[in-house]
Amino acid sequence: MKITCKDVADVALLSRLEFSEKELETFTGQMDAILEYAEVLNKVNVDNVEPTAHVLPLKNVMRKDEARPSLARELALSNAPEQEDGYFKVPKIMEG
Amino acid sequence: MDYEIVIGLEIHTELKTHSKIFCGCSTKFGSEQNTNVCPVCLGLPGVLPVINEKVVEFAVRVGLALNCEILPFSKFDRKNYYYPDLPKNFQTSQYDLPIAVNGHLDIVVDGQTKRIGITRVHMEEDAGKLVHSGNTINDSDSALVDYNRTGVPLLEIVSEPDMSSPEEARAYLEKVKAILEYLDVSDCKMEEGSLRCDANISLRPRGVKKLGTKAEIKNLNSFRSVQRGLEYEAARQEEVLDEGGRIIQETRTWDENKGISLSMRSKEQLDDYRFLPEPDLVPVIVDPAKVEEIRTNLPELPDARKQRLMDSYGLSEYDASVITTSKAMADYLDQGVECKADAKAVANWLMGEVSKHLNNDGISILACPVAPKQLAQLIALIEKGTISSKIAKTVFEEMWTSRKDAEVIVKEKGLVQISDSSEIIGIVDAVIAANPQSVADFNAGKEKAIGFLVGQIMKQTKGRANPDMVNSLLRERMTSN
Amino acid sequence: MELFKYTAAQLHQKLVSKEISATELTQNVLARMDAVENDVKSYITETRDSALAQAKAVDTKISQGQDISVLAGVPGALKDNMCTKGVTTTCASQILANFVPPYDATVVEKLRAEDAVVVGKANMDEFAMGGSTENSSFFPTHNPWDLSTVPGGSSGGSAAAVAAGEAIWALGSDTGGSIRQPASYCGLVGMKPTYGRVSRYGLVAYASSLDQIGPITRDVTDCAHVLNSICGYDAKDSTSINAGVPDYTKSLVNNIKGLKIGLPREYFASGMDPEVERAINKAIEQLVALGAEYKEISMPHTEYALSAYYMLAPAEASSNLARYDGVSFGQRVEGSDIVDMYKKTRSEFLGAEVKRRIMLGTYALSAGYHDAYYLKALKVRTLVKQDFDKAFENLDVIITPTAPTTAFKIGEKTNDPLAMYLQDVCTIPVNLAGVPAVSIPCGFAGGMPIGLQIIAKPLGEETLIRTAYTFEQNNDYHKGFAPLGGVK
Repeated sequence: MKITCKDVADVALLSRLEFSEKELETFTGQMDAILEYAEVLNKVNVDNVEPTAHVLPLKNVMRKDEARPSLARELALSNAPEQEDGYFKVPKIMEG
Repeated sequence: MDYEIVIGLEIHTELKTHSKIFCGCSTKFGSEQNTNVCPVCLGLPGVLPVINEKVVEFAVRVGLALNCEILPFSKFDRKNYYYPDLPKNFQTSQYDLPIAVNGHLDIVVDGQTKRIGITRVHMEEDAGKLVHSGNTINDSDSALVDYNRTGVPLLEIVSEPDMSSPEEARAYLEKVKAILEYLDVSDCKMEEGSLRCDANISLRPRGVKKLGTKAEIKNLNSFRSVQRGLEYEAARQEEVLDEGGRIIQETRTWDENKGISLSMRSKEQLDDYRFLPEPDLVPVIVDPAKVEEIRTNLPELPDARKQRLMDSYGLSEYDASVITTSKAMADYLDQGVECKADAKAVANWLMGEVSKHLNNDGISILACPVAPKQLAQLIALIEKGTISSKIAKTVFEEMWTSRKDAEVIVKEKGLVQISDSSEIIGIVDAVIAANPQSVADFNAGKEKAIGFLVGQIMKQTKGRANPDMVNSLLRERMTSN
Repeated sequence: MELFKYTAAQLHQKLVSKEISATELTQNVLARMDAVENDVKSYITETRDSALAQAKAVDTKISQGQDISVLAGVPGALKDNMCTKGVTTTCASQILANFVPPYDATVVEKLRAEDAVVVGKANMDEFAMGGSTENSSFFPTHNPWDLSTVPGGSSGGSAAAVAAGEAIWALGSDTGGSIRQPASYCGLVGMKPTYGRVSRYGLVAYASSLDQIGPITRDVTDCAHVLNSICGYDAKDSTSINAGVPDYTKSLVNNIKGLKIGLPREYFASGMDPEVERAINKAIEQLVALGAEYKEISMPHTEYALSAYYMLAPAEASSNLARYDGVSFGQRVEGSDIVDMYKKTRSEFLGAEVKRRIMLGTYALSAGYHDAYYLKALKVRTLVKQDFDKAFENLDVIITPTAPTTAFKIGEKTNDPLAMYLQDVCTIPVNLAGVPAVSIPCGFAGGMPIGLQIIAKPLGEETLIRTAYTFEQNNDYHKGFAPLGGVK
């Protein structure tokens, strides 16, 4: 077993997802199979190999510091599930 | 138990660029909610960031001013966490290869200079603003989000845990603020959020090397809060430890009104930010020649300016130090000198009456109603003997509220100093005649007795008599009798 | 007249010679959609009115004697993960079922500038995660060659639309094979350009360092025309290549004499359908007969590419998809507090495969596992890329099958995610290395199309086009039309 139901539950929390008991079990089984398959990565020697985060040799891609017109507020809010007074509205935020 | 305090500060500063770090929206403060936004800073599906070159330039400037090493290869990373002020639920920041590392700056506390290490300086984007429906976050049932601030460029400056007292922490913060102002990279207004400070503080028994458990304090919204908050926290931690308890590694929020810190959330469950290199941005490789160009073009920094004030104007180290803490104040001094006023005099006024009034009104020197030229004129009047320094204070009050020039006020209120002895000789003789006891006391050797007589004459002349002249006339007349 | 059976290049000639009008052409394609869409289900959203308006504008230009581009007036489809201003863009997910972007993707702007006609937003696997379009939260798309089979994925709707004549050309996106594999299953030409060749601005991100937009067309000529329209530097995309775009139609040359082709033995490993293997071998023999020189090569890290991909792509996806939270756009399930809202919204509106990849990705990045999985995968990526670099030192192109099988039956692999992943084994290494590749039809097995994959070095699209064109012109595979048979 590479991954347990508890591991999956922890990851679910980090991903802001919730699952029923049954779903959790199914997911755990599937993820376990995939991670088993990924074990093949341990067979390859990566000593002295640099990671490739970007496949292109690009660097220093930047733009000039010029202000450009923003989106009209109605458009910015056009997809808002809930809005109020030009703000996006969300349920309360708990601290701690 | 004798404890040693260990403090580290994390300072965030909003950079005064024209546009945001990854898009062209304006960074202007105080706009109507959600009017400085675009698909990119809203984090809509499909958008991509593009780095603002000014942000990198400012970051290098700050790194150099803080004596850091500018890393030749620097990159952006994603810091993943969920919060409604973060549209993408990740912040594009820098993790393992920040733009600048290993710097330091010197602070002076109680005449002692101390070097504070700076671990790193990195670039990142700001989040939006939340407005809660209730008074505090916990008694609100909803919240409103304004994304104007998302994407505003931030620099985060992290110090080594080298500060040993709240005073040192405050001095460090003031120094960093001064440097940022002199570099002209930020407005540094804590009240507007363009300068923010979080502190980490722990205690350890004196002599012990191992660091104690630290607590993070947030919501330190002014210099005063920083000092008070740390004083409170140091005392709180000492009490806990003395009672045999242990410090919990947590985030606490400072309540300035109540003067206490409260636990926000336990950091024992450390956030797992799952950093990964930002795939939508390519690395920043600053050309060494460009770094040198920026270095040579750095403006005069606070320490250099302080030295210049001491060398050119003969100011004391203390005075020069106080004045250069604020670039705006140092500029004011220079402007005053340009208007032909004596530097020391301007300095004294700045540190005295000007600062007093600024503090009372809660405004900065930039909003000072008395311009350098006007102050210079006031000083000139004192030097010429047109008014005494005591009257000058009254005139200054009037200048502050009415914004009129000193000369105008002196004329309007008839405050011109009387320096012609013939004008007051009559009053002097009358006061001598009316107070024979004081005269006798003085003649018997009580120097202090003259004070009363001077006071009487000042009263009768409504403060306009030249005090030195009054003094010498009195002595002349009393001894001659 | 069945105008929908012609290619864009052919239709352009008809428009310019005024044999037909753009309006007539668009109506013809719309009528075709009426006839077959119920069986094929290529589209999530049809944009009929704006298509006719676009066509009308082209007719006006023609009548005024203005020059028009090759795609002007020619109806096409856009995969529904490309933002179209004012038109719902769903990524086949419930969470974006009501999302109307306030901006156009750069490729969409480019196509508008050329007066291309867009008839609809094509179905796909949700958030481009899948190899069959069965992961669409709306409905599966059916392969026009046999309606009981999948069109491939994740650009299944784009491929099916072109194969069924519901579009003359289409754009898809490719992260692990999502253009090439559906092109292979649907008997079409599908190209994934060099990473950075086409702007990603406006393409809803799945795995940012792997995603690319590319054409799906009936033949190589049309592919070259679409590439001409969509390739190019974009200042809004920091990973965009700042280099001029050649006229790809100049590479439509029937000549591969002296072309050095390589066959990596690792791609011909077990699991391949024997009929597919036969067709590929025949194709290679033909290429040699046409003048190519071949040699067998080894790309030793091929076997690790799939695992590396299934660590990297989900890792990036877990971060890219965090924004789907019901706060400022998309659907929302109300909650007692914000965290409750996040969980309920995401759990209800994201599909199972998407959740699986988010979880895998989050796990791979999490403290304690980051180095073992994510970092290791990044290093394996370097090795895979080096395999390609080394190969191209002595070769012009690499030839492989596109997929190990032809299109499978709808429902056949849905219970086994891992089995689904294994379909990508030939296409994935290409994305890891960022090199360009094209799939072209090279035969049939049981009436179902087989695809041949040609891979070139970075910015080697011209070589791909020449190779593909030569093969195509010496065969008839591109001339067939899907029969739309089979039980749905």
